[in-house]
Amino acid sequence: MKTGQVLNFTLNGEQVEVLVDPAETLVNVIRKKLLLTGTKRGCEEGECGACTVLLDGKPVNSCLVPAMKAHGKAVVTIEGISASGELHPIQQAFIEAGAVQCGFCTPGVVLSAKSLLDRVTLPSEEEIKTELSGHLCRCTGYVQFVDAVRLAARKLGRFHDRSGGDGGAGRSVV
Amino acid sequence: MNVQAYLTPRTAEEALEQLGRYGGEARLIAGGTDLMIWLKRKKYTPRVLIDITGIDQFRRLEFTGESLVIGAALTHAEVALDGGIRSLVPVLAEACASVGSPQIRNIATVVGNVVSAQPAADAAVALVALGAGTEILSRDGRRTLPVEELYAGVGRSIIDSTREIVSRIVVKAPGPGSGSAFMRIAPRQALALPVINVAVVISTAGGLITGARIAIGPVADRPFRPEGAEKFLAGVPVGDPGAFAEAAGMAGRESSPRDSLLRGSADYRRHLVKVLVRRALEEAAGRVDACKEGMPQ
Repeated sequence: MKTGQVLNFTLNGEQVEVLVDPAETLVNVIRKKLLLTGTKRGCEEGECGACTVLLDGKPVNSCLVPAMKAHGKAVVTIEGISASGELHPIQQAFIEAGAVQCGFCTPGVVLSAKSLLDRVTLPSEEEIKTELSGHLCRCTGYVQFVDAVRLAARKLGRFHDRSGGDGGAGRSVV
Repeated sequence: MNVQAYLTPRTAEEALEQLGRYGGEARLIAGGTDLMIWLKRKKYTPRVLIDITGIDQFRRLEFTGESLVIGAALTHAEVALDGGIRSLVPVLAEACASVGSPQIRNIATVVGNVVSAQPAADAAVALVALGAGTEILSRDGRRTLPVEELYAGVGRSIIDSTREIVSRIVVKAPGPGSGSAFMRIAPRQALALPVINVAVVISTAGGLITGARIAIGPVADRPFRPEGAEKFLAGVPVGDPGAFAEAAGMAGRESSPRDSLLRGSADYRRHLVKVLVRRALEEAAGRVDACKEGMPQ
Protein backbone atom coordinates (compact mmCIF):
# COMPACT_ATOMS: atom_id res chain seq x y z
CA MET A 1 0.00 0.00 0.00
CA LYS A 2 1.27 3.45 -0.87
CA THR A 3 1.53 6.17 1.69
CA GLY A 4 0.24 9.55 0.71
CA GLN A 5 0.91 12.96 2.13
CA VAL A 6 -1.24 16.04 1.65
CA LEU A 7 0.40 18.78 -0.41
CA ASN A 8 -1.17 22.23 -0.37
CA PHE A 9 0.23 24.85 -2.67
CA THR A 10 -0.65 27.59 -5.10
CA LEU A 11 -0.38 26.42 -8.69
CA ASN A 12 -0.70 29.12 -11.32
CA GLY A 13 -2.61 31.30 -8.88
CA GLU A 14 -5.04 28.66 -7.70
CA GLN A 15 -4.96 26.87 -4.38
CA VAL A 16 -4.42 23.14 -4.96
CA GLU A 17 -4.63 20.21 -2.56
CA VAL A 18 -3.32 16.86 -3.72
CA LEU A 19 -2.22 13.59 -2.16
CA VAL A 20 1.35 12.74 -3.16
CA ASP A 21 4.04 10.17 -2.45
CA PRO A 22 6.30 11.88 0.07
CA ALA A 23 9.40 11.75 -2.15
CA GLU A 24 7.65 12.23 -5.50
CA THR A 25 9.19 14.89 -7.70
CA LEU A 26 7.36 18.11 -8.43
CA VAL A 27 7.42 17.46 -12.19
CA ASN A 28 5.65 14.14 -11.76
CA VAL A 29 2.96 15.65 -9.55
CA ILE A 30 2.41 18.50 -11.99
CA ARG A 31 2.24 16.23 -15.04
CA LYS A 32 0.71 13.01 -13.74
CA LYS A 33 -1.52 14.15 -10.89
CA LEU A 34 -2.46 17.63 -12.02
CA LEU A 35 -2.29 16.86 -15.75
CA LEU A 36 -0.42 19.99 -16.74
CA THR A 37 1.91 18.65 -19.42
CA GLY A 38 3.48 21.94 -20.53
CA THR A 39 6.30 21.21 -18.09
CA LYS A 40 8.56 18.72 -19.86
CA ARG A 41 10.47 15.77 -18.47
CA GLY A 42 13.87 15.73 -20.12
CA CYS A 43 17.02 14.35 -18.52
CA GLU A 44 15.44 13.99 -15.07
CA GLU A 45 18.69 14.85 -13.36
CA GLY A 46 18.89 18.61 -13.48
CA GLU A 47 21.05 18.91 -16.59
CA CYS A 48 18.67 20.08 -19.31
CA GLY A 49 16.23 22.58 -17.80
CA ALA A 50 13.18 21.30 -19.72
CA CYS A 51 11.29 20.79 -16.45
CA THR A 52 11.92 24.33 -15.17
CA VAL A 53 9.09 25.89 -13.16
CA LEU A 54 9.02 28.96 -10.94
CA LEU A 55 8.97 28.19 -7.21
CA ASP A 56 8.13 31.40 -5.33
CA GLY A 57 9.25 33.25 -8.46
CA LYS A 58 12.59 31.49 -8.86
CA PRO A 59 13.37 28.97 -11.60
CA VAL A 60 14.09 25.46 -10.32
CA ASN A 61 14.40 22.04 -11.95
CA SER A 62 11.12 20.39 -11.00
CA CYS A 63 12.70 16.96 -11.64
CA LEU A 64 15.00 17.49 -8.64
CA VAL A 65 12.51 19.12 -6.30
CA PRO A 66 10.40 16.90 -4.08
CA ALA A 67 6.81 18.05 -4.54
CA MET A 68 6.51 18.47 -0.76
CA LYS A 69 8.99 21.35 -1.00
CA ALA A 70 6.21 23.32 -2.69
CA HIS A 71 3.97 22.96 0.38
CA GLY A 72 2.69 26.43 1.30
CA LYS A 73 4.49 27.97 -1.66
CA ALA A 74 3.58 29.23 -5.13
CA VAL A 75 4.44 27.36 -8.31
CA VAL A 76 4.05 28.81 -11.79
CA THR A 77 4.22 26.57 -14.85
CA ILE A 78 4.04 27.60 -18.50
CA GLU A 79 0.25 27.20 -18.35
CA GLY A 80 0.13 29.90 -15.67
CA ILE A 81 1.80 32.84 -17.35
CA SER A 82 -1.01 33.76 -19.69
CA ALA A 83 -4.69 34.19 -19.05
CA SER A 84 -7.67 33.12 -21.15
CA GLY A 85 -5.73 31.62 -24.00
CA GLU A 86 -3.83 34.77 -24.88
CA LEU A 87 -0.10 34.60 -25.30
CA HIS A 88 2.12 36.32 -22.75
CA PRO A 89 4.32 39.02 -24.36
CA ILE A 90 7.36 36.78 -23.73
CA GLN A 91 5.72 33.92 -25.64
CA GLN A 92 4.80 36.31 -28.45
CA ALA A 93 8.40 37.52 -28.55
CA PHE A 94 9.69 33.94 -28.80
CA ILE A 95 7.46 33.34 -31.81
CA GLU A 96 8.43 36.60 -33.51
CA ALA A 97 12.15 36.03 -32.92
CA GLY A 98 11.99 32.49 -34.32
CA ALA A 99 13.10 31.13 -30.95
CA VAL A 100 10.85 28.08 -31.04
CA GLN A 101 11.91 25.08 -33.09
CA CYS A 102 10.92 21.64 -31.81
CA GLY A 103 9.51 23.36 -28.73
CA PHE A 104 10.54 20.85 -26.08
CA CYS A 105 12.82 23.22 -24.18
CA THR A 106 10.67 26.28 -24.80
CA PRO A 107 8.37 26.22 -21.74
CA GLY A 108 11.35 26.12 -19.39
CA VAL A 109 13.25 28.79 -21.27
CA VAL A 110 10.22 31.10 -21.29
CA LEU A 111 9.88 30.71 -17.51
CA SER A 112 13.56 31.50 -16.90
CA ALA A 113 13.15 34.52 -19.17
CA LYS A 114 10.12 35.59 -17.13
CA SER A 115 12.03 35.27 -13.88
CA LEU A 116 14.80 37.47 -15.32
CA LEU A 117 12.43 40.09 -16.77
CA ASP A 118 10.50 40.23 -13.49
CA ARG A 119 13.73 41.41 -11.82
CA VAL A 120 15.57 43.28 -14.58
CA THR A 121 13.75 45.60 -16.96
CA LEU A 122 16.37 45.69 -19.70
CA PRO A 123 18.84 42.86 -19.16
CA SER A 124 22.22 42.87 -20.90
CA GLU A 125 23.20 40.08 -23.25
CA GLU A 126 25.44 38.68 -20.50
CA GLU A 127 22.58 38.66 -17.98
CA ILE A 128 20.33 36.90 -20.48
CA LYS A 129 22.95 34.26 -21.24
CA THR A 130 23.61 33.65 -17.55
CA GLU A 131 19.92 33.34 -16.72
CA LEU A 132 19.34 30.90 -19.58
CA SER A 133 22.54 28.92 -18.94
CA GLY A 134 20.63 26.09 -17.29
CA HIS A 135 18.75 25.20 -20.47
CA LEU A 136 19.82 22.88 -23.25
CA CYS A 137 18.26 23.38 -26.67
CA ARG A 138 19.18 20.48 -28.95
CA CYS A 139 17.87 22.44 -31.93
CA THR A 140 20.62 24.91 -30.86
CA GLY A 141 18.47 28.01 -31.10
CA TYR A 142 20.47 29.91 -28.52
CA VAL A 143 21.03 33.10 -30.49
CA GLN A 144 17.29 33.42 -31.07
CA PHE A 145 16.70 33.03 -27.32
CA VAL A 146 18.73 36.15 -26.65
CA ASP A 147 16.92 38.01 -29.43
CA ALA A 148 13.58 36.83 -28.02
CA VAL A 149 14.31 37.97 -24.47
CA ARG A 150 15.45 41.38 -25.73
CA LEU A 151 12.30 41.70 -27.81
CA ALA A 152 10.23 40.59 -24.83
CA ALA A 153 11.88 43.24 -22.67
CA ARG A 154 10.83 45.91 -25.17
CA LYS A 155 7.30 44.53 -25.39
CA LEU A 156 6.99 44.39 -21.60
CA GLY A 157 8.39 47.91 -21.34
CA ARG A 158 5.58 49.20 -23.54
CA PHE A 159 3.14 46.97 -21.71
CA HIS A 160 3.94 48.07 -18.18
CA ASP A 161 5.40 51.50 -18.54
CA ARG A 162 3.05 54.20 -17.41
CA SER A 163 5.67 56.91 -17.04
CA GLY A 164 6.38 57.44 -20.74
CA GLY A 165 10.09 56.52 -20.67
CA ASP A 166 11.25 53.09 -21.60
CA GLY A 167 11.96 51.98 -18.10
CA GLY A 168 15.73 52.01 -17.95
CA ALA A 169 17.86 49.26 -16.56
CA GLY A 170 16.48 47.50 -13.55
CA ARG A 171 18.39 46.21 -10.57
CA SER A 172 21.23 44.15 -11.91
CA VAL A 173 21.40 40.63 -10.56
CA VAL A 174 24.47 38.62 -11.61
CA MET B 1 11.09 0.68 0.53
CA ASN B 2 9.47 3.95 -0.45
CA VAL B 3 9.81 7.11 1.55
CA GLN B 4 6.77 7.20 3.81
CA ALA B 5 6.88 10.71 5.23
CA TYR B 6 8.31 14.12 4.43
CA LEU B 7 8.81 16.11 7.61
CA THR B 8 9.40 19.85 7.90
CA PRO B 9 10.69 20.70 11.37
CA ARG B 10 10.69 24.35 12.46
CA THR B 11 13.66 24.13 14.83
CA ALA B 12 16.99 22.32 14.97
CA GLU B 13 15.88 20.60 18.18
CA GLU B 14 12.78 19.26 16.47
CA ALA B 15 14.88 17.98 13.55
CA LEU B 16 17.26 16.18 15.92
CA GLU B 17 14.33 14.72 17.83
CA GLN B 18 12.88 13.40 14.54
CA LEU B 19 16.24 11.91 13.49
CA GLY B 20 16.39 10.18 16.88
CA ARG B 21 12.84 8.90 16.67
CA TYR B 22 13.48 7.10 13.37
CA GLY B 23 16.82 5.66 14.52
CA GLY B 24 18.80 5.83 11.28
CA GLU B 25 15.82 5.36 8.95
CA ALA B 26 15.32 9.08 8.42
CA ARG B 27 17.68 11.22 6.34
CA LEU B 28 18.07 14.97 6.14
CA ILE B 29 17.25 16.79 2.94
CA ALA B 30 18.22 20.40 2.23
CA GLY B 31 18.14 21.50 -1.43
CA GLY B 32 17.87 17.87 -2.51
CA THR B 33 19.54 18.36 -5.91
CA ASP B 34 21.98 15.52 -5.18
CA LEU B 35 19.80 13.51 -2.82
CA MET B 36 16.82 13.18 -5.19
CA ILE B 37 19.11 11.55 -7.76
CA TRP B 38 20.64 9.26 -5.14
CA LEU B 39 17.18 8.20 -3.98
CA LYS B 40 16.27 7.31 -7.53
CA ARG B 41 19.48 5.28 -7.86
CA LYS B 42 18.83 3.63 -4.46
CA LYS B 43 22.13 4.86 -3.03
CA TYR B 44 20.02 5.61 0.03
CA THR B 45 16.64 4.15 0.95
CA PRO B 46 15.35 6.22 3.88
CA ARG B 47 11.85 5.73 5.25
CA VAL B 48 11.56 9.40 6.14
CA LEU B 49 12.95 12.65 4.72
CA ILE B 50 13.49 15.57 7.09
CA ASP B 51 13.64 18.88 5.24
CA ILE B 52 15.66 21.38 7.26
CA THR B 53 15.29 24.37 4.94
CA GLY B 54 12.27 25.73 6.84
CA ILE B 55 14.25 26.13 10.05
CA ASP B 56 14.55 29.88 10.69
CA GLN B 57 17.95 29.78 12.35
CA PHE B 58 19.35 27.93 9.32
CA ARG B 59 18.28 30.79 7.04
CA ARG B 60 20.72 33.25 8.59
CA LEU B 61 23.51 34.87 6.63
CA GLU B 62 25.35 37.29 8.86
CA PHE B 63 28.63 38.96 9.55
CA THR B 64 29.27 38.76 13.27
CA GLY B 65 32.42 40.55 14.28
CA GLU B 66 35.11 39.01 12.12
CA SER B 67 33.14 36.00 11.01
CA LEU B 68 30.70 35.28 8.25
CA VAL B 69 28.03 32.76 9.24
CA ILE B 70 26.19 30.82 6.52
CA GLY B 71 23.17 28.87 7.73
CA ALA B 72 22.45 25.37 6.47
CA ALA B 73 19.43 26.45 4.41
CA LEU B 74 21.19 29.13 2.36
CA THR B 75 21.45 28.49 -1.35
CA HIS B 76 24.33 29.10 -3.72
CA ALA B 77 22.32 31.89 -5.35
CA GLU B 78 21.75 33.62 -2.01
CA VAL B 79 25.45 33.49 -1.15
CA ALA B 80 26.62 34.42 -4.67
CA LEU B 81 24.38 37.50 -4.74
CA ASP B 82 25.11 38.79 -1.24
CA GLY B 83 26.81 42.17 -1.48
CA GLY B 84 28.92 41.67 1.64
CA ILE B 85 30.24 38.31 0.49
CA ARG B 86 30.93 39.63 -3.00
CA SER B 87 33.09 42.45 -1.71
CA LEU B 88 34.74 40.78 1.30
CA VAL B 89 34.95 37.12 0.24
CA PRO B 90 34.87 37.21 -3.59
CA VAL B 91 36.36 33.70 -3.81
CA LEU B 92 33.19 32.29 -2.23
CA ALA B 93 30.79 34.39 -4.31
CA GLU B 94 32.58 33.34 -7.51
CA ALA B 95 32.63 29.68 -6.54
CA CYS B 96 28.93 29.68 -5.62
CA ALA B 97 28.09 31.37 -8.94
CA SER B 98 29.92 28.53 -10.75
CA VAL B 99 27.88 25.66 -9.35
CA GLY B 100 25.42 23.96 -11.73
CA SER B 101 22.95 26.36 -13.29
CA PRO B 102 20.64 29.13 -12.04
CA GLN B 103 17.94 26.51 -11.37
CA ILE B 104 20.36 24.42 -9.28
CA ARG B 105 21.80 27.44 -7.47
CA ASN B 106 18.30 28.61 -6.54
CA ILE B 107 17.70 25.51 -4.42
CA ALA B 108 20.98 23.67 -3.74
CA THR B 109 22.55 24.71 -0.43
CA VAL B 110 26.18 25.61 0.24
CA VAL B 111 26.26 23.27 3.23
CA GLY B 112 24.99 20.52 0.94
CA ASN B 113 27.88 21.23 -1.43
CA VAL B 114 30.20 20.40 1.47
CA VAL B 115 28.31 17.37 2.82
CA SER B 116 28.04 15.78 -0.66
CA ALA B 117 31.84 15.61 -0.39
CA GLN B 118 32.71 15.79 -4.07
CA PRO B 119 36.38 16.70 -4.50
CA ALA B 120 35.66 19.41 -7.09
CA ALA B 121 32.53 20.94 -5.55
CA ASP B 122 33.16 24.62 -6.33
CA ALA B 123 31.81 26.16 -3.12
CA ALA B 124 33.51 23.55 -0.95
CA VAL B 125 36.86 24.16 -2.69
CA ALA B 126 36.53 27.88 -1.90
CA LEU B 127 35.58 27.11 1.71
CA VAL B 128 38.66 24.91 2.13
CA ALA B 129 40.86 27.75 0.84
CA LEU B 130 39.15 30.06 3.32
CA GLY B 131 39.80 27.64 6.19
CA ALA B 132 36.07 27.66 6.95
CA GLY B 133 34.66 25.79 9.91
CA THR B 134 31.38 23.99 10.43
CA GLU B 135 29.04 23.56 13.36
CA ILE B 136 27.66 20.04 13.69
CA LEU B 137 24.63 19.23 15.82
CA SER B 138 23.59 15.81 17.06
CA ARG B 139 21.69 14.39 20.00
CA ASP B 140 25.07 14.17 21.74
CA GLY B 141 25.56 17.92 21.50
CA ARG B 142 27.41 20.38 19.35
CA ARG B 143 30.90 20.21 17.88
CA THR B 144 32.90 22.19 15.38
CA LEU B 145 35.20 20.92 12.65
CA PRO B 146 36.97 22.54 9.68
CA VAL B 147 35.33 21.90 6.30
CA GLU B 148 38.47 20.11 5.13
CA GLU B 149 38.18 17.53 7.92
CA LEU B 150 34.69 16.42 6.87
CA TYR B 151 35.94 14.30 3.95
CA ALA B 152 36.11 10.51 4.17
CA GLY B 153 36.63 9.87 0.44
CA VAL B 154 35.13 10.73 -2.92
CA GLY B 155 31.46 11.47 -2.31
CA ARG B 156 31.78 10.33 1.30
CA SER B 157 31.50 12.73 4.22
CA ILE B 158 32.14 11.88 7.84
CA ILE B 159 28.77 13.55 8.44
CA ASP B 160 26.06 10.95 8.97
CA SER B 161 22.89 12.60 7.67
CA THR B 162 20.72 10.07 9.48
CA ARG B 163 22.09 11.28 12.80
CA GLU B 164 23.63 14.73 12.61
CA ILE B 165 23.16 18.15 11.06
CA VAL B 166 25.74 20.60 9.75
CA SER B 167 23.90 23.65 11.00
CA ARG B 168 26.19 26.33 9.65
CA ILE B 169 29.49 27.28 8.09
CA VAL B 170 31.67 29.87 9.77
CA VAL B 171 34.22 31.77 7.70
CA LYS B 172 36.70 34.04 9.34
CA ALA B 173 36.37 36.98 6.96
CA PRO B 174 39.76 37.81 5.44
CA GLY B 175 40.72 41.22 6.83
CA PRO B 176 42.27 44.30 5.21
CA GLY B 177 45.32 43.41 3.17
CA SER B 178 43.84 40.14 2.02
CA GLY B 179 42.70 39.02 -1.39
CA SER B 180 40.98 35.99 -2.83
CA ALA B 181 39.94 34.52 -6.17
CA PHE B 182 38.33 31.45 -7.69
CA MET B 183 39.05 30.06 -11.16
CA ARG B 184 37.84 27.05 -13.08
CA ILE B 185 38.19 25.45 -16.48
CA ALA B 186 35.26 23.42 -17.77
CA PRO B 187 34.12 22.18 -21.17
CA ARG B 188 31.47 24.89 -21.24
CA GLN B 189 30.57 27.95 -19.20
CA ALA B 190 27.59 26.45 -17.40
CA LEU B 191 26.25 23.11 -16.26
CA ALA B 192 29.66 21.52 -16.57
CA LEU B 193 31.86 19.93 -13.96
CA PRO B 194 35.30 21.50 -13.71
CA VAL B 195 38.31 19.94 -15.39
CA ILE B 196 40.25 21.83 -12.70
CA ASN B 197 39.13 24.44 -10.21
CA VAL B 198 41.28 26.54 -7.91
CA ALA B 199 40.58 28.83 -4.96
CA VAL B 200 43.22 31.11 -3.50
CA VAL B 201 43.20 33.30 -0.38
CA ILE B 202 46.21 35.45 0.51
CA SER B 203 46.92 37.70 3.47
CA THR B 204 49.46 40.48 3.17
CA ALA B 205 51.18 43.13 5.26
CA GLY B 206 53.60 45.82 4.13
CA GLY B 207 53.60 44.55 0.55
CA LEU B 208 54.54 40.99 1.52
CA ILE B 209 52.39 37.89 1.58
CA THR B 210 52.05 36.72 5.18
CA GLY B 211 49.95 33.65 4.47
CA ALA B 212 48.43 31.83 1.51
CA ARG B 213 45.89 29.05 1.26
CA ILE B 214 45.26 27.27 -2.01
CA ALA B 215 42.63 24.62 -2.68
CA ILE B 216 42.45 22.61 -5.90
CA GLY B 217 39.91 20.15 -7.28
CA PRO B 218 39.59 17.46 -8.50
CA VAL B 219 43.15 16.20 -8.07
CA ALA B 220 42.63 14.04 -4.97
CA ASP B 221 39.74 12.40 -3.14
CA ARG B 222 38.96 15.77 -1.55
CA PRO B 223 39.82 19.44 -2.17
CA PHE B 224 43.63 19.41 -2.22
CA ARG B 225 45.96 21.93 -0.59
CA PRO B 226 49.50 22.17 -2.07
CA GLU B 227 51.28 22.89 1.17
CA GLY B 228 54.69 23.36 -0.39
CA ALA B 229 53.38 26.14 -2.62
CA GLU B 230 51.52 27.71 0.30
CA LYS B 231 54.69 27.76 2.46
CA PHE B 232 56.78 29.10 -0.42
CA LEU B 233 54.45 32.09 -0.79
CA ALA B 234 54.93 33.31 2.79
CA GLY B 235 57.25 36.31 2.65
CA VAL B 236 56.98 36.76 -1.12
CA PRO B 237 56.27 40.32 -2.39
CA VAL B 238 52.63 40.80 -3.41
CA GLY B 239 52.30 40.59 -7.17
CA ASP B 240 55.81 39.22 -7.82
CA PRO B 241 55.16 37.43 -11.14
CA GLY B 242 58.24 35.21 -10.89
CA ALA B 243 57.30 34.03 -7.41
CA PHE B 244 53.70 33.41 -8.42
CA ALA B 245 54.84 31.31 -11.38
CA GLU B 246 57.21 29.40 -9.10
CA ALA B 247 54.43 28.73 -6.57
CA ALA B 248 52.06 27.68 -9.35
CA GLY B 249 54.68 25.25 -10.66
CA MET B 250 55.06 23.76 -7.19
CA ALA B 251 51.27 23.42 -6.86
CA GLY B 252 51.23 21.57 -10.18
CA ARG B 253 53.96 19.17 -9.07
CA GLU B 254 52.22 18.56 -5.72
CA SER B 255 48.89 17.76 -7.40
CA SER B 256 48.16 14.31 -8.76
CA PRO B 257 45.28 14.56 -11.21
CA ARG B 258 44.27 11.33 -12.93
CA ASP B 259 43.88 10.59 -16.61
CA SER B 260 40.18 10.99 -17.26
CA LEU B 261 38.19 10.43 -20.42
CA LEU B 262 35.81 13.08 -19.16
CA ARG B 263 38.27 15.62 -17.86
CA GLY B 264 41.43 15.17 -19.92
CA SER B 265 44.86 13.64 -19.44
CA ALA B 266 46.79 13.91 -16.19
CA ASP B 267 49.53 15.95 -17.91
CA TYR B 268 47.06 18.43 -19.36
CA ARG B 269 45.25 18.78 -16.07
CA ARG B 270 48.50 19.30 -14.17
CA HIS B 271 49.32 22.03 -16.66
CA LEU B 272 45.90 23.60 -15.94
CA VAL B 273 46.65 23.54 -12.21
CA LYS B 274 49.77 25.63 -12.85
CA VAL B 275 47.92 28.07 -15.11
CA LEU B 276 44.93 28.49 -12.81
CA VAL B 277 46.95 28.81 -9.60
CA ARG B 278 49.09 31.53 -11.18
CA ARG B 279 46.06 33.39 -12.54
CA ALA B 280 44.20 33.09 -9.25
CA LEU B 281 47.21 34.40 -7.30
CA GLU B 282 47.49 37.36 -9.68
CA GLU B 283 43.77 38.07 -9.38
CA ALA B 284 43.84 37.80 -5.58
CA ALA B 285 46.91 40.08 -5.43
CA GLY B 286 45.11 42.65 -7.58
CA ARG B 287 42.24 42.64 -5.12
CA VAL B 288 44.59 43.38 -2.23
CA ASP B 289 45.45 46.64 -3.97
CA ALA B 290 41.77 47.37 -4.49
CA CYS B 291 41.22 46.96 -0.75
CA LYS B 292 44.17 49.18 0.12
CA GLU B 293 42.83 51.96 -2.06
CA GLY B 294 39.65 51.89 -0.08
CA MET B 295 36.34 50.17 -0.12
CA PRO B 296 33.28 51.98 -1.50
CA GLN B 297 32.78 55.17 0.49
